[in-house]
Amino acid sequence: MTFQEISDILKSTIGDHFTTDEKQVLQPQLIVPADKLKATCLQLHTNPLLYFDFLSSITGLDNGVEKGTFEVLYHIYSIPFDHHIIIKVLVDRQNPQIDSVTDIWKGANWQEREIYDMFGITIHGHPDLRRILLPEDWQGFPLRKDYQVQEYYHGIKVENQENNG
Amino acid sequence: MTDLTGKTGDGGIVLAKLDDVINWARLSSLWPMGFGIACCAIEMMGAYASGYDLDRFGIIPRPSPRQSDVMIVAGTVTFKMADRIKRLYEQMPEPRYVISMGSCSNCGGPYWEHGYHVVKGVDKIIPVDIFVPGCPPRPEALIGGLLNLQEKIRSEQTLSGPKGIQNLLAKNKSAAV
Repeated sequence: MTFQEISDILKSTIGDHFTTDEKQVLQPQLIVPADKLKATCLQLHTNPLLYFDFLSSITGLDNGVEKGTFEVLYHIYSIPFDHHIIIKVLVDRQNPQIDSVTDIWKGANWQEREIYDMFGITIHGHPDLRRILLPEDWQGFPLRKDYQVQEYYHGIKVENQENNG
Repeated sequence: MTDLTGKTGDGGIVLAKLDDVINWARLSSLWPMGFGIACCAIEMMGAYASGYDLDRFGIIPRPSPRQSDVMIVAGTVTFKMADRIKRLYEQMPEPRYVISMGSCSNCGGPYWEHGYHVVKGVDKIIPVDIFVPGCPPRPEALIGGLLNLQEKIRSEQTLSGPKGIQNLLAKNKSAAV
């Protein structure tokens, strides 16, 4: 199934609240507003014509302080129909929040925790929103463009002394 | 010790300094902790296995810090891991030795400049006896490090010059003055 057919089915079932950027990129994306993410994912998952049963990955992206947005990208795949799609959600940098998709794809659990760990995006409805890679008492979110490395962690100097010259 | 055996005839008695015997026993059965953190651990396992066979030096990995004499820090030490390494080191009985294996644990390695999550050298958290360079060091290099550690132990003075007690006495003396 082509990207056009998939987006047509979505339009006829839940309306055209999304935009596409088919011509600009190699892999076409659906750009979905944050409040419509859950409904779109549910439709993509349950519609018998689409049947996106596999969440390949979730990626976070920081567009920088000037643009003031984060991006969250969902790569999803249908095993029986062998078609892919990418969903892109833009999140406000000042108050980053997004809905969890763990009740649609169980595999989203740890990937959403990683998004929270690295970017500090709050995932609403997540069953266990804790840091996953960094220690629990870590300060800051390292993959943000404006991340400041802490000076000491548990009494150990983080930066190399000779490195500060 | 061999030249002394001539003096005792066939009596089966060997005369030696107790320090030498203790050091010989310690350096001939260095038991490292079975512990690896990154790709250096693969080279360390290679050194333990039949090809390089560390067992011929009496070096056998132990599954517990309580049974270990030497800790080979083989890999990247992250800040999350640092607390655990410190704890494991403290659980080892004395005398205990530390070998820092590879660039990561020597100085931070490839994470030296931009690694927000890596301790820039394991010697920031525990005292290190031997640094083995390499990324990762080959088994030969690790064996070289262990042989250097053996030489270090060979010259230790446990009974004739107990450094710990001497330091303590010096401290008391200076406090009295």
